[in-house]
Order: sequence, then structure tokens, then C-alpha cells
Amino acid sequence: MSYEVIGITVLWLFLYGYVIVASIDFGAGFFAYYAKVTKRDHITNKLISRYLSPVWEVTNVFLVFFFVGIVGFFPSAAYYYGSALLVPASFAIVLIAIRGSFYAFENYGSKQSNVYLFLYGATGLFIPASLSVALTISEGGFITEENGVVSLKYFELFTSPLAWSIVALAVVAILFISASFLTYYASRANDKPALQVVRKWALFWATPTIIMALTTMIALSQRNERHYQNMLDLWWIFSLSMGFFIIAMGLLYIGRNYGTAFIAIMLQFFFAFFGYGMAQYPYLLDPFIHIEQSVTNESMAIALIAAFIGGLLLLIPSLILLMRLFLFDADYAKGKK
Amino acid sequence: MEFFDTVTVSRAITAMTLIFHIIFATLGVGVPLYISIAEFIGIRKKDKHYELLAKRWARGFVITVAIGVVTGTAIALQLSLVWPNFMQMAGNVIALPLFMEVFAFFFEAIFLGIYLYTWDRFKNKYTHWLLTLPVVLGAGISAVFITTVNSFMNSPDGFTMENGEFVAVNPIEAMLNPSAPVRIFHVLGGSYVTVAAILATIAAIALLRKKGAAAYHKKALKITVVSMFIFSILTAVGGDLSAKYLANHQPEKLAAAEWHFETEESADLVLFGWLNEDNEVVGEIRLPGFLSFLAHGNFTAEVIGLEETPEGERPPLIVHYFFDLMVSIGMFLTGISFLYLVVSKIKRWDVHNKFMLWLLVLTGPLAMLAIEFGWLYAELGRQPWIVRGYMTVDEAATSSPYIVHMFFLFLALYIVLGTLFVITLRKLFKDNPVEVELEKHYPELNKGDES
Ligand code: HDD
Ligand code: HEM
Ligand code: HEM
Repeated sequence: MSYEVIGITVLWLFLYGYVIVASIDFGAGFFAYYAKVTKRDHITNKLISRYLSPVWEVTNVFLVFFFVGIVGFFPSAAYYYGSALLVPASFAIVLIAIRGSFYAFENYGSKQSNVYLFLYGATGLFIPASLSVALTISEGGFITEENGVVSLKYFELFTSPLAWSIVALAVVAILFISASFLTYYASRANDKPALQVVRKWALFWATPTIIMALTTMIALSQRNERHYQNMLDLWWIFSLSMGFFIIAMGLLYIGRNYGTAFIAIMLQFFFAFFGYGMAQYPYLLDPFIHIEQSVTNESMAIALIAAFIGGLLLLIPSLILLMRLFLFDADYAKGKK
Repeated sequence: MEFFDTVTVSRAITAMTLIFHIIFATLGVGVPLYISIAEFIGIRKKDKHYELLAKRWARGFVITVAIGVVTGTAIALQLSLVWPNFMQMAGNVIALPLFMEVFAFFFEAIFLGIYLYTWDRFKNKYTHWLLTLPVVLGAGISAVFITTVNSFMNSPDGFTMENGEFVAVNPIEAMLNPSAPVRIFHVLGGSYVTVAAILATIAAIALLRKKGAAAYHKKALKITVVSMFIFSILTAVGGDLSAKYLANHQPEKLAAAEWHFETEESADLVLFGWLNEDNEVVGEIRLPGFLSFLAHGNFTAEVIGLEETPEGERPPLIVHYFFDLMVSIGMFLTGISFLYLVVSKIKRWDVHNKFMLWLLVLTGPLAMLAIEFGWLYAELGRQPWIVRGYMTVDEAATSSPYIVHMFFLFLALYIVLGTLFVITLRKLFKDNPVEVELEKHYPELNKGDES
């Protein structure tokens, strides 16, 4: 494999990691607020905050990893995306900042107020919406470059069916992933009442997820024929994704093996995500950033890959330790520690 | 936008974010060290006061980390958003340390999470203490990596230039550029001394208020002032080495800081003062030969003056004040902590007298100001370059007109974050004062606490 393919694969893996951990986090925020409004918070919110407290910082690092890495491997990404995304990405930063810091303030500072829970729930949905702009513009046609000035066509963006269906897909997928994770976590903690509530949420959000995925495909076919055709050629990957979705739904419906169900959902998204990414190859930004032509020099690529391997050797054991102490320690999940 | 051009606003937005971030970054580098020291002493001496000290510092730390993380995320994204041309060119050379920095954060974040939630989960107390080490290291190493990036901007190395692009890149050499070692030394020293001073300020205020738990606060004061003394000396050594680096590699920056216009031997050190209409220095304090000594370790050496730099490439002269203020504060920190150590050795004198405590109260805020002044000097002193000798700030900035709106968006964000930060910290410690916590969790300690 060439360096650029290794590079983009690794980065895509990180983005996938972010999508999963952040979805859990963002969705949990929304559910916490929803439960409060519907007066079910006494059943669920203890569970939610026990999971979230130790991991919120780790979630953020995944994102930083991705964009620092992409700029490292493909410096022209900084130029095009950086120039075009000034406004949407700045909004994302502000929302992330509000969410992260409010989380710390409220948790360690004082009692939870309704305003806080609302902000916490709302930012969780707006952050993915603003970040998804990057995915939309990568399809091409939203950026102009004139006299060395790169700008984003806002009108085009806001009237694009593709943009809106990606936003909607991001939001419903987040709620689906998050609810199915909470189902697993509740079963782990042996918390029957909470389990009943969150399992219903998971079952509910599955349908819109699939509908939005199909809608997005249709919108994509109108926007970027090449990408769409490539996806059709990769049909087997998307069938795998669908297969895992059906397995997960079956398990959730019968009401057993929630751990397996969640892994199936992770695999469902893994295949969909990689299928989508592979079909976009060889462009990072159609037509400006071509993966092979815009990769950084060889010595930097090697150095980054080496740093990446070294970093993983350091991180994986630490992450396992973290998960053993908090996620998979049944006593902790139950609240005994 | 007629009033503001995008370059000026780009500089302003970066300066604002960094000035805000650096406060929390400095705390993030330094506080883990003191948590670790306090917990270790507590276990060694079986003294619950130190354990509580570590716990309370850690509790406050969580809040500073939160802001450090979100503002850090902001600056990392802004590097691409605000300086797209810079990142496109320099990204080929500096991506490695930026990438590794994130690994260091990751490592730190994981262990901090574990540390905070496992106070009573291990039988052997040292196991819990061991968790502080990856946090201290992770924070320190991330500072090292980011500092190499800043050093690269001052003394670029590890590539050759062809047709406006960097080729033959050697990322390791770029990281180990000429100014990196001294700068890392000085930045780390500055962070540790600043955090020691801030923690000393907190203890001194508590003692002045006489709300109780005096023994606890005195112990806090002792660790932090001893550390302040050690690190202020190390920081001064680092600063001296930085000046020697500048004299050899970036003479215009040192010359601007010293208002040293003509190349000469036995150059004088100019303290404060101002410039009259003819650009002559008036009202200054002159230390004969000391600039030569600062620059080359020799009172008669020749120091290059600003006249040798082409007119368009001279840094702004205001950096003189930033430099002088930083150095003066450095001297003040060493002086105060030394005074404390001397007085505490003399049995007949009470080292915790009002005057001494007031001086200690000043150290924390002043040290943080020294950090800000130091960076203002370092960054303004690099003007007009973003990568010295290769790319100017004008060439690097974004051309998006929306940058002005973003400036106000971020200004609002930092005001909100800063306000909430202060409110939360006050609440956190007011609702749960040391006296009460001591009584609740360590009733056996209360006896010896009357002093
Ligand atoms: C508490 C913090 C603190 C203290 C007491 C000092 N400094 Fe400092 N100084 C910094 C914190 C700092 C800094 C914030 O860390 C800087 C900004 C950029 C950098 O590399 O370090 C810095 C930069 C900096 C530079 C510019 C380096 C460059 O741009 O390449 C010089 C020459 C000095 N310092 C010299 C000194 C001297 C001679 C001091 C005598 C006591 C001193 N500093 C005290
Ligand atoms: C270590 C990594 C750092 C990098 C990569 C960096 C990068 C930059 C960049 C790109 C600019 C804009 C160009 C310019 O005006 O010079 C800038 C300016 C500035 N930075 Fe840094 N910086 C770093 C550290 C810091 C820190 C920690 C501070 C602390 C407060 C700081 C303070 C400033 C200020 C005040 C300016 C504005 C200077 C001006 O207005 O001309 N920088 N920096
Ligand atoms: C251009 C300059 C800088 C950039 C791009 C930058 C980037 C970042 C990022 C992305 C984070 C958050 C990481 C996370 O998600 O956990 C962060 C936090 C942090 N930064 Fe910065 N940083 C800069 C300047 C500095 C400097 C000069 C220092 C120290 C001397 C520093 C020290 C830290 C520390 C210690 C944290 C961790 C937060 C904490 O523990 O409080 N940063 N920075």
C-alpha cells in the first residue's frame, strides 16, 4: 500500500472512532434532556452520567486527532477546507467549547439545572450538524477558487438537499447508536427499569436511520454521479452493513445479548462508513484535493505513520485499562464504586 | 471591511485565543506536578493534610483542564482556519510534533480520568499515586511538542526551499531546530514556577483570612514556595540561555527588546525608559556592559544592533516593555521565595506575618503576567514573519471577510468561559471549605489545628 492510502485509512478509522464515541456522548446528552422533560430522568439519568463522567475528554481527543492528522498528511486540506469552513467550523468550535466546559462546570461545580441540560442536549445535535458540512462540501461544487481566494457558496449549501439529508442522517444515527449503547450499558449494570426505557428508544430510532441513509443515497446520486456509481459497485460492503443492522435489530427486539447487538451496530456503521469513504477515493475534496497528488512528502508521511504506531502501542493498553475500570467493571456500572 | 483588514483581524483572533489558552495550558502543565508531590508526601509522612491538598488541587484542576481542552481544540482548528496558507506550506514540516502532541494529550486524558475516579479503589496507596506520573509526563511532553512548533516558526530548520515549497524535509531535524532546546527549558520552567506561585497565592490568601485550618495552609505554602524558589532560578537560567540563542540566531528580536540600535561592544542593558521624537532612549536605567553579558556571557562582547536589519523586517519596539516586565517579575519571584526561606529558618521570626503573606499573594498573578508578557515578546518580536525568513504574516492569513465576525464570536465565547470559570471555582471551594472538609473526613486531625 502507498503512504497516502495508509494515511487516509488510519485517519478514516479515527473519524469512525469519533463517530461512535461522540454519537454515544451526543445522543446521551439529548436523551438526558428528553428524559427530564418527560419526567423519566430518575430512571435513566444516573446511568447516563455514570458512563459519561470519566470519558468526555477522550471523546474530544478523537476529533483533534482526525483533523490534526488530515492536515499533516494532506496539507492542502488545511488550505481548502480551512479557507472554506471558517464559519461552520468556528461555530462547531464554539459549540464544542460550550458543551465541554459546561459539562465540567455542572458536574463538578453545582447542581444540574434545566438550562444546562437543554444546552447539553441541543449542542449534541448541533455539533454534528455543523461538522457534517465538511462531508457535504467534499462532494464538490460548493467551493470556488478565484485569484487564490477560496470561498464557500453559502446559498448553494443551504438549498442543497444533500446537505440537509446528511445533517438529518447524522442526527438520527447519533440517537440510534447512543440508545443502543445505553441499552447495553443498562443491561451490564443490571438496571431493569432504565433498560426498558432505553431499549424502546433504540428500537424507535432504527427506522429513521435507515430511511435517512437511503434518502442520502438518492441526494448523492444527483450531486456526484461518480461517487454514487462507485458506491453501487461496492454493493457487497453495504449489504454487509445491512446484514449487521438486521442482526442487531433482531437481538434488540427479542431482548437479549445487548452486547452483541451493540457490536453489530458498530459493524453496521463500520461497513457503511468505509464503503462511503472508499467510493469517494481518490478525492478528499472533489475536484481540488486528489489523494495521490496532495499527499505530503515521503519523509513526513513515514514519520507520521511511525508516530502513529508508537502512539497506538502506548494508548491501547491505557484505553483497555480505562475500559476495564469503568465500562466493563460491573460494580462500577451499577454504581457501587 | 474598511476599518480592519483581514490580516490584522487574523492576528487579533490568534492572539486572543492564545492569550486565553496559555493561562489554562500553563496550569495544565504545572498543576499535575504539585498534585503528585503533595500526594507523595502525604503517603510518605502519613499526613492527611497533604492527601487533602492533593484532592482539592485535583478538584480545581478538572475545571481548568476543561477550559484548556476546549480552548486548545479551538486554537488547533484555528491554525487551519485562520492561517490556511501557513498550514499548507509549513504543515509539510511541522505536522509530526502536532500529531504527537495529540497522542500526549490522549495519554494524559486517559490517566487523568482514571486518577480522578479511583481515590479509594486500590489497596496500596502508592498505586494511586503512580497514576499521577503519566499525567505529569503527558502534560509536560505535550508542552514540549507544541513548543518545538513555535521554535520552528522562529528558527526554521530541517528542509530546503525550492519554488516556494519545502522539499527534502527532515521532520526530526525540524523539531530539533536551534531554538527548541532552550525554549522548551524556559517554557517548562516558567510553567512550573507560575503554578507554584499561584498555589502559594491561594494558600497565602487563606492564611490572611484566618478562617481556620492554618496548619493545612502552612504546609501548602511550604511546598509551593520551595518549588517557586527552585523553578524561578531554573527559569532565569533558561531565559538567559534564550537571550544567548537570540543574540546568535535572531539578533533583531533581542535588539528590539533592548532598544539596541547600533552594533557595538560592551553594550549596556537598558531597563524601561521611553523613546523621544528622535528615537533616543530617555529616562532609562543603564547597566553598563550587561547586554553584552546577557547576549554572550562576556561584558565586552559585540552585540548586533537593529540597524543591521532591513527596515521592513524590524519587530515593533514595544516588545522592550514586555521583555523588561517579564525579567523584573522573574527577579521578584526569586527574591520573595528566597526571603521566605531565609525568614522561615530564623526561629525568632514568624514567617507567616502579614507583610510576607501579602508579598506571596502577589506572586501568582504576577507570574501569570510574566507568561503573557513573555509570549507577547516572543510573538511580536518575530514580526513581520510567521516563519522567520520564509513566510510573512500577510502571506499566511485567510482571505475570508467573515474573520471579523468570527473575532466577535470568539470574544463572546471567552468572556462566557472566563466568567463561568471564576464562578464555578468560587462555588466549588466556598461550598466546601477546608475546615469543614477536614472535620468531616479527618476528625482525628482537628486537635493540632489551632495555630
Ligand atoms: C513565569 C514566567 C517567566 C519568567 C519568570 C521569565 N520568563 Fe522569559 N519567557 C517566558 C516566561 C518567563 C515564556 C512565556 O515561557 C517565553 C515566551 C516564549 C518562550 O519561548 O518563552 C519567554 C521568552 C523569553 C525570551 C524570548 C525567547 C525567544 O523568543 O526566542 C527571552 C530572551 C527570555 N524569555 C528571557 C528571560 C529572562 C532573562 C528572564 C529572567 C529572569 C525571564 N525570561 C523570566
Ligand atoms: C507554541 C505554539 C504557537 C504557535 C504555533 C503560534 C502561532 C502563532 C501564529 C500563527 C500567530 C499569527 C502570526 C503573528 O501575528 O505572528 C501568532 C501570533 C501570536 N501569538 Fe503565537 N503561537 C504559539 C504560541 C503562542 C502562545 C502560547 C502565546 C501566548 C499567549 C502566543 C501569543 C501570540 C500573540 C500575542 C500573537 C499576536 C502577535 C501579533 O499580534 O503580532 N503564541 N502565533
Ligand atoms: C498554537 C499553539 C497551540 C495549539 C495548536 C494547542 C493545541 C491544543 C489542543 C488541541 C488542546 C486540547 C487537547 C485535547 O483535546 O485534550 C490543548 C490543550 C493543552 N495545551 Fe495547548 N496548544 C497550543 C499552545 C500551547 C502551549 C504553548 C502550551 C504549553 C506551554 C500548551 C499546553 C497545553 C496543555 C497542557 C493542554 C491540556 C489542557 C490542560 O491540561 O489544561 N498549549 N492545546
